[in-house]
Amino acid sequence: MIDQITVFLENKRGRLADLCRTMADAGVNMRALSIAETSDYGVIRIIADDTEKARAALKAEGFAGSVAKVTAVELPNEPGSLARLLELLDQHGYDVHYGYCFSIGDGKAIDVLKIHRAEEAAEVIEEAGYRLL
Amino acid sequence: MFDAQEQERILHLPHEQIERIQLEGIKKTAVDIYEHVPFYKNLFDEAGFDPYGITSLDDMKDAPFTTKQDLRDNYPYGLFARPLEDCVEIHMSSGTTGIATVGGYTEHDLDFWGDCFGRGVLYGGGGKGDVMNVCYGYGLFTGGLGAHYGGQAAGCLTIPMSAGNTKRQIRVMREMGTTILCCTPSYAMHIADTALEMGVDPHKDFKLKFGIHGAEPMSDNFRRELEQKLDYKVLDVYGLTETMGPGVAIECWEQDGLHIAEDHFYAEIIDPETGKVLPDGEWGELVITTLDREATPVFRYRTRDITRIIPGECKCGRTHRRIARLHGRTDDMLILRGVNVFPSQIENVMETFPEVASWYQIELTTRNSLDYVTLKVEVNPDFDFDEVAEIEALQKRMRRKLKDALMIQVDVQLVEPKTIPRSEGKAKRVIDMRTGIRD
Repeated sequence: MIDQITVFLENKRGRLADLCRTMADAGVNMRALSIAETSDYGVIRIIADDTEKARAALKAEGFAGSVAKVTAVELPNEPGSLARLLELLDQHGYDVHYGYCFSIGDGKAIDVLKIHRAEEAAEVIEEAGYRLL
Repeated sequence: MFDAQEQERILHLPHEQIERIQLEGIKKTAVDIYEHVPFYKNLFDEAGFDPYGITSLDDMKDAPFTTKQDLRDNYPYGLFARPLEDCVEIHMSSGTTGIATVGGYTEHDLDFWGDCFGRGVLYGGGGKGDVMNVCYGYGLFTGGLGAHYGGQAAGCLTIPMSAGNTKRQIRVMREMGTTILCCTPSYAMHIADTALEMGVDPHKDFKLKFGIHGAEPMSDNFRRELEQKLDYKVLDVYGLTETMGPGVAIECWEQDGLHIAEDHFYAEIIDPETGKVLPDGEWGELVITTLDREATPVFRYRTRDITRIIPGECKCGRTHRRIARLHGRTDDMLILRGVNVFPSQIENVMETFPEVASWYQIELTTRNSLDYVTLKVEVNPDFDFDEVAEIEALQKRMRRKLKDALMIQVDVQLVEPKTIPRSEGKAKRVIDMRTGIRD
C-alpha cells in the first residue's frame, strides 16, 4: 500500500497550476497525478516522492486535502495485463472504486487502484504473482 | 465616573426597583419629547396617547411605535430634544440603503454609553491593568468610539486600532500584550487565521483574556472555533446607533444571553406582524425605549432585530434581564419562493457538518422565473475524503437537511478554504442577483 494525497480543487482557471507550483516550490516530485472532474470542482490525486513534505506544503498554502492508502501493482506493459488483474479482483469479489495507470519504461506499467477491503485484496494479488509497491 | 462597585450594585438591584427606575425614565422621556420634539407631539396626539398619563409599565403597550423611516424623515436634527449647543457628538448609521439616521449625544449621553459598554469589561472580569484593542471602525459607526469609551471608562489601557491592516493588528496584540479584543466576530476570526498563517501561536504569543464581539450574528460553532483559536472567551455585545451604540446589552461570563442595561433602556418583544407585546421567552422583534438619553431619545423604537427575553435569573446573579443572541433581523429575512428564511437557520444546519467551515455565502438567482438558492460553503482544510462520490454524498446530505429545516430547496456548492471574501466590518452573507424582484 502506498500513500496518495487527495486534494479538493474548485474548477477555476489557474488552480491546478497553483497546486503544481506549490509542489514545485516545496521541492516535491510527483510520481503520478490524476484528475477526476465535475462541473464545479475537481478531485486531484497525487503520488509524491515525499508525502509528508507535500502534505505540509499544501496545508500551508490552504489547500483542502487528505492522505489515503491505495494499492499500486506492477504489471507488464502489454495488451491484456490490466484486464487480467481486474478479472482476478472480480473473481474474488473485490470492488474497485477508482484507478489510474501509467507506464514506467522497461516494459512495465504501474496500476494504482483504490480497492474495497484493500488489505485482503493485496494478498490475493500477490498470490497471483504480481509485485506490489 | 465609572465605579465598578457602583455598577455592580446597579446590576444587582431587585427587579422591582429596576422597574421603578424604568417607569420614572419612561415618564420623563415621554413628556420631554412631547414638549420638545414636534414629531413626537404629532405622533402621540394622532395615536391618542397621553404622555402625562403614564402610571405603569403596562401603559407602554398603548404607545405608538417609531421606526427607522421616522428617523430618516427627520434627518438631520428633527428628533433632537436638546438644543445643539448642549450636544457634543454625533454618530450616523450607514446610509447605504437610504438617508442616514443620526444619533446625537450630550456629555451625559456619552457618559452612560461608556458605563454601558464598560459593563462588558466587568462581565469579562477586566478593568484597570487590562490592555484593550478596539478594532471596530472609528468614525461615524458607533462601534469604534463606543468600545473606546467603554474601555476607558472601565480603566483599560485602550488602543484605538480601528479596522484594517491585520498584520499590524497582530503585531500590536503581541507586542503590547493585549488582553481584551473588541471587533466584529468575523474580523476576530480573520485576525486568528492571519496570525496562524504568520506563524504566530495565539496560545503562546497572545495574552488575550476575552473579546467583546458584536455587530453581526455569530453561531455557537463560530464562537467555539474563535475561542479555541485565540485561547480566550468571547462575549457578545448588542447595540444600534439609533438607541446609543454597542452596549445596550452585553453577555456575561455565563454566555447565556445578553444583559440589557435596564437602567437606561426599556426593552419589549413584539410580534412584528401585529405589534402586540409578547410574553418573556417568545421570539419576536426587539423594541427599545431610552430612559435617560438626552440628545436623541427614542420611544418604542422598532429595532427589526429578532430575539427573545430569556426567562428566569442568570447564574451570575445580576438582575438585569437578558435577551437571547440575535436570531436575525426582520430585514435580513429572505423571502424565497414565498417562504421566510433567516440566514441563521442556514448557519444552524451547517454547524452540524464538521466537513465544512463556518464561512459561507448565500447566492440568490432566478431560474425559470423562480428563486434559486445556492449555498457556497468552504470545506475544512482537513476535509477527509478520497472520492467524488463522498463529496456528492456530503452535498446530498446537506441539501436534504437544508430542505428539512427551510422547506425550500437549496443547492450546495463546496468551495476551497479561504475563498469566500473575509470582511473587516460586517460579513456579507447574502448575494442577491435575482431579476425582477424590484417593484
